[in-house]
Amino acid sequence: MTDLAPVRLLDADGTVTGDGRYPMPPPDVLLERYRGLVRGKRLNEQASALVRQGRLAVYPSSRGQEACEVVAAAVLRPGDWLFPTYRDTVAIVERGVAPVEVLTLLRGEWHCGYDPVHHHVAPQATPLATQLPHAVGVAHAARLRGEDTVVLALCGDGATSEGDFHEALNFAAVFTAPVVFFVQNNKYAISVPLARQSAAPTLAHKGVGYGMPAVLVDGNDAAALTAVLGEAVGRAATGGGPTLVEADTYRIEAHTNADDAARYRTDAEVREWAERDPLRRLRAYLRAENALDDAREDAFAAEAEAVAARVRAALGEDRPVPTDELFAHVHATPTPQLAAQAALLRAELAAGEDAR
Amino acid sequence: MTTEPEKLTMAQALNTALRDAMTADESVVVFGEDVGPLGGVFRVTDGLTAAFGEQRCFDTPLAESGIVGMAIGMAMNGFRPVVEMQFDAFAYPAFEQITSHLAKMANRTRGRLRLPVVVRVPYAGGIGGVEHHCDSSEAYYAHTAGLTVLAPATNQDAYGLLRAAIGSPDPVIFLEPKKHYFAAEEVDLAAAVPPIGRAAVRRSGADATLIAYGPAVPVSLAAAELAATEGRDLGVVDLRSLVPFDDATVMAEVRRTGRAVVVAEAPGFASVASEVAARVAEQCFHHLEAPVRRVTGFDIPYPPPKLEHHHLPSVERVLDAVDDLQWEDA
Ligand SMILES: Cc1ncc(C[n+]2csc(CCOP(=O)(O)OP(=O)(O)O)c2C)c(N)n1
Ligand SMILES: [Mg+2]
Repeated sequence: MTDLAPVRLLDADGTVTGDGRYPMPPPDVLLERYRGLVRGKRLNEQASALVRQGRLAVYPSSRGQEACEVVAAAVLRPGDWLFPTYRDTVAIVERGVAPVEVLTLLRGEWHCGYDPVHHHVAPQATPLATQLPHAVGVAHAARLRGEDTVVLALCGDGATSEGDFHEALNFAAVFTAPVVFFVQNNKYAISVPLARQSAAPTLAHKGVGYGMPAVLVDGNDAAALTAVLGEAVGRAATGGGPTLVEADTYRIEAHTNADDAARYRTDAEVREWAERDPLRRLRAYLRAENALDDAREDAFAAEAEAVAARVRAALGEDRPVPTDELFAHVHATPTPQLAAQAALLRAELAAGEDAR
Repeated sequence: MTTEPEKLTMAQALNTALRDAMTADESVVVFGEDVGPLGGVFRVTDGLTAAFGEQRCFDTPLAESGIVGMAIGMAMNGFRPVVEMQFDAFAYPAFEQITSHLAKMANRTRGRLRLPVVVRVPYAGGIGGVEHHCDSSEAYYAHTAGLTVLAPATNQDAYGLLRAAIGSPDPVIFLEPKKHYFAAEEVDLAAAVPPIGRAAVRRSGADATLIAYGPAVPVSLAAAELAATEGRDLGVVDLRSLVPFDDATVMAEVRRTGRAVVVAEAPGFASVASEVAARVAEQCFHHLEAPVRRVTGFDIPYPPPKLEHHHLPSVERVLDAVDDLQWEDA
C-alpha cells in the first residue's frame, strides 16, 4: 500500500527533512528548478493581469502549484511527451513552448496555438481526464516502435472521478505502458472539495487497485517532486511501466477569474497554504546551501520579467485572426460543402459589414 | 406568491422553477457538479442546498456518466432527479447513459420503468467561451428516440417548460441558451404551465416565416424588425419543443406565407434545422413559393472566441436568405 505521509525533502521553511526513501537532488539541479519557479510564478501573475485588462478571455492560474508545473516539465527528456490540461500553461512553457503560442487558446484566437508534434506536448485538455487514454496510446505506440519515450500526463483531483481516468490507469498497467500519471491534488474541483470527490485515504491509493506503484508527494516541495517524478520517469523508460503520483498542493487563486472562491473556502485556508509556498522553501534551502546569491536571484527575476514583458507586448496588440482557418483543417481535404461555406464567408467579408 | 409578472433573468427563472418544483414535490432532487454550495457555475441552483438541505440538492463527484446513471437509478426508485451538465460538451461522457438507458428504458420494459429525469444542459455560444463550452448538441438528443428535447428561448418558457419537464413522465433533455442566462425579462410565475410539444408564434407575418429555437429566436425577431422597416412582413415561430415536434403550428404559419427560413445556431448538416426544412417541404409543398432555406452555423467545430461571430447566424444572413425566396418583385 502507499504511504499516507507524503514524500517531503524540504519543510515549509526550507529545512531538510525526509525519511530516507528518496535522496536530495543536487543543488545545481534544484537551482535550475528554482529559476523555473520564478519564471512560472511571474507568468501566472502576468497572465492573470492580462485577464483583468481584457487581453485574455480566461486564465486558470497555477499560482501555488508552480513546483508541480516546473518539475513535471523538467523531469522529461528530449523526445518524451507531456499531456497537459487547461491549468498547465506553466508546464508547457517550461517544456519549451513560447508563452504566446500557449496562450492562443485563452486569448481566443485558436484552440491549440502550438505545434504538438514538434514539441511533444499534446493540446491542452479541457474535457476532464479525456487526455489520459491518449497518453497511454502514445506511450504504447512508442513501445511498439522500439522508442524509450515516456509520457507524463497531468490531471487534477476532480478529474480522478471521471471514468477515463480509471480506464487509462488500467490500460497503462495492463500494457505496462511507460506513462507517469501526475495528479495535482489542489484540493478543489471548482467549488467541490476533495472530501466530496473521493472517499479513499489518498488519491494515490487508486493506483494500487490497478496494480501500479503509486506515490504521494508534497506538491509544494520541488526537491521531493524532482526525486519522485524522476524515479517514475526512469522506471517507465526502463520497462517498469506506469506510476501514479499524487501531489499534495493547493490552488491559491480562484478556479478562474470567472469563479468566486469566497463561496466555498475561507481566506484563512488560503493564507495557511500561502505559507507553504513552493518558492519560499526552495529559496530558503538554496540560500542556506550557498547555492543562491543575490546576483543569481536578480538574474532570475530579470529573466522572468523579460518573459512577462514579451507576453505583455505580444498580447497587448490586436492582430487579425485569419477566417479561412475556420474551414481549412476540419478535413484533410475540405468537403465540397465546406468549400462552399468558406467561399460564402469570404464573399460576405469582401462585401463588407455594411451590405445592408 | 405574487400574480404580478416579475423581472427575472433566465437563470433566476430556472432557479425559481426548481424551487417551486422542489416545494411542490418532495421527490424532486437536484444534483451535479458545483450545484450545491456554489449554486452552479451559472447560479441556476443558487441557494437550493440552503433552502432544501443536502439530501435534495447536492454536489456529486466529477463524472457525468455517474451523474446520469445515478439519476436513472433514483428514478427507478421513486425520485424525480433534475441533473445539471456543466456545459454542453461536458455532457458527452454521459452519452452512453443517455442514449442506451435514459432514452430506452421505458421501451425496453414495455413502459414498466419510465424515467422522469431532467438533464439540464447549458448550450450554444455567443459568450466568448473557449473550445468545448459552446456546442449546440441538440441534434444528438433529438435523433435519439425516447428523449423529449426542449429548447426555451424566453425566460417565461424557461420557467414554464422546466416545470413541465419536471412533471413529465419521460426523460427530458432541457437545453438552456447560456447566452441568455443573465438577461432580465418579465416572467409571470402564475401563468399556466405550457404544454410540452407546442411551438409559439412570436410574431405573425404575412410574407415569410422564420422558424427558430433557443438562441436563434432573438436573432430572428431582430431580423423581422429590420425587414419590417424595409417593407417585408416576417413571422417568427419559436419551436420551444424539438421533440415532440409541433407540425400543426409550424405548417399553419408556412402555408399562410408560402415562404420559410429555418434559423439555428448548430451546424446545418444533418441537424434539427434539416429536419424542420424537410418536414416543411413534405407538408407544405403545394403552398411554397420558394425552396425552404436554412441559416445555420457552418459545418465546423465551434470557433474560438475571436471568430465566433462569423459562425453564428446573424440578422444579415437571415435577411439574405429571405431575399433569396424568389420574390416576384425582385
Ligand atoms: C468532462 C468535464 N466535465 C466538466 C468540466 C467542467 N470543469 C472544468 S474544470 C472543472 C474542475 C476540475 O477540477 P480538477 O480536476 O481538480 O482540476 P483543477 O481545475 O483543480 O486544476 C470542471 C468541473 C470539464 N471541463 N470537463
Ligand atoms: Mg483540483
